[in-house]
Amino acid sequence: MKKIAISVILASLLSACASNKPVEPFTKTEPVAAAPAAAPVTEAPVVGSAAAPDVNAQALAKAEADAAAQAAAKEAAEVAAKTDAVAPIVPPADPANALSQRSVHFPFDVDAIQDNDKPTIQAHGANLGNHPELKMRTEGNADERGSSEYNLALGQRRASNTRKALVLSGAKMEQIEAISYGEERPMATGHDETSWAQNRRVDIIYK
Amino acid sequence: MLRLYSLFVLLCLAFPARAVLDIEVTGAGEHQVPIAIIPFDGEDALNQHISEVVASDLIRTGLFKLVDPEGKAPHEAKEVKYAEWAKAEALAIGKLFRSADGRIEIQFRLLDTVKKTELIGQAVSAKSEQGRAIAHRIADAIYEKMTGSVGVFSTRIAYVNRQGRYNRLVIADSDGYGEQTLLALNQPIMSPAWSPDGNALAYVSFEQGRAFVYAQSLLTQQRVLLAAFPGSNSAPAWSPDGQQLAIVLTHEGSSQIYLVRKDGSDLRRISFSDTIDTEPTFSPDGRYLLFTSDRGGSAQIYRMPVNGGSAERLTFEGSNNFSPRFSPDGKSFVFAHFNGGIFYIAVQDFETKQIQILTPGGWEKKPSFAPNGKLVLFATEVHGRGILATVSSDGRVKQKMTPQQGDIREPTWGPFNRQ
Repeated sequence: MKKIAISVILASLLSACASNKPVEPFTKTEPVAAAPAAAPVTEAPVVGSAAAPDVNAQALAKAEADAAAQAAAKEAAEVAAKTDAVAPIVPPADPANALSQRSVHFPFDVDAIQDNDKPTIQAHGANLGNHPELKMRTEGNADERGSSEYNLALGQRRASNTRKALVLSGAKMEQIEAISYGEERPMATGHDETSWAQNRRVDIIYK
Repeated sequence: MLRLYSLFVLLCLAFPARAVLDIEVTGAGEHQVPIAIIPFDGEDALNQHISEVVASDLIRTGLFKLVDPEGKAPHEAKEVKYAEWAKAEALAIGKLFRSADGRIEIQFRLLDTVKKTELIGQAVSAKSEQGRAIAHRIADAIYEKMTGSVGVFSTRIAYVNRQGRYNRLVIADSDGYGEQTLLALNQPIMSPAWSPDGNALAYVSFEQGRAFVYAQSLLTQQRVLLAAFPGSNSAPAWSPDGQQLAIVLTHEGSSQIYLVRKDGSDLRRISFSDTIDTEPTFSPDGRYLLFTSDRGGSAQIYRMPVNGGSAERLTFEGSNNFSPRFSPDGKSFVFAHFNGGIFYIAVQDFETKQIQILTPGGWEKKPSFAPNGKLVLFATEVHGRGILATVSSDGRVKQKMTPQQGDIREPTWGPFNRQ
């Protein structure tokens, strides 16, 4: 929130020096009213009436629908838990431990979880299943080969598919929020496959 | 076949505090109107010469060529000896007075040197700091008189300027001057969309950690949060009557198109696929939407009735097509055409279904028509910098505008000023 406030102050300084006086009507000769203030928003935005959906109700409905899948996944989670007797809340940085992997990657214009990422998904799904107090965010990203809006949509599908796969591995739907950055926050900025491959990614972020 | 000859103008318009862009123009119209623009009497008193702004506006279109006045400096019609102006088809002259209250008055005339008649005679009064705005109005008047199309020099554009993670949502005059920052964040900002009256901008901001849609008044700066559902909320587009917007939400699955009133009420889903449907944009008559969908296996452009109903695929060439926008007359649409790993700006005619590629190709994205339909604004990249570019709708004249700082993304041309 602080960052936003600073940004807003910056913006108001910037706009203060910009020229944004309204143009007077071309053929009129009388003076017009003073220019409207160019100050950007300095308060919390006004929330539209449709902008507050019942998140809990939706989550509950989805949770019910997923209950069967979760029951099946629970078994898998228990197996996973036994192999990792005390499942760590903050997973170790041991590369041999699948929990240390915090990203999954995708081919171009593909949103399905790839086979080689399944151990990572299973480990985090089981970890969430064993620790219902944990919350996670799956953040979808895309390479730049598309429009910004298409890539936002593609990143969202990747994040949602990652979330669903985590639920199949033992997590509860409401533990995970799926969001997308599209092409807006590239890890690598080159116009080449090496960069693009890094950017076609979902990050698994424990909150 | 007329040979295209190349005009190369580098206008590094030195104007402190507002010199935002370097502008480079290449190409020329099929016919260029030779015009002489005489420095206006008294304009030395202003920090911006009116006649220079008028001249640079007209030159940037590629439709005019400047005739050197060779020292002649008439300021009134009676001072003009038409025999001396055989090289020009038109002559722009003017005088500027400063009134006691600090305002300026400009008397401006456009003369037809062939018919030896006055085409335009106008007197304008303004505050002295409004020199550029007045100059754009004069250029609009000349452009309309000489080409028959309404000028767009007085219109505005919006874009995002990105420096690392620092993003600014900016509106500026169509020549890139007069930048005004509406929002500045260390988070992404996307998809600015002008309301039809030019008094509001809808956009996507990540200031709350993910994509939400806002609409902000440019008069009061007040904002409305239009959509903050789980997942991503994005791709706002105003209906031509300004009463509602199409937006894209993911809370029911994949990205789907919804309509919502401008106050955020009365949300209705209008696309029903399990694939990506995004980038909706209204037809000028408000009856249809164009949008991007990958329902056929690759991202392509589709059209559907606004009230729902089946969608028709429109693009079949290239590997993918994105970001459609209707031409103001509704007869064609412009889009980003991705083929062989390269983005081009292209237009497609609704009737003939013919596609015309307007640009040489590169990282060319997010095209939008000027409100007179004669130019297309888009984002491209030169030497690793994100810049603004325009191309005439016949592909002949190209213009690049490089910002002094940052990368430009997501440009969109605003509507005509309504006053």
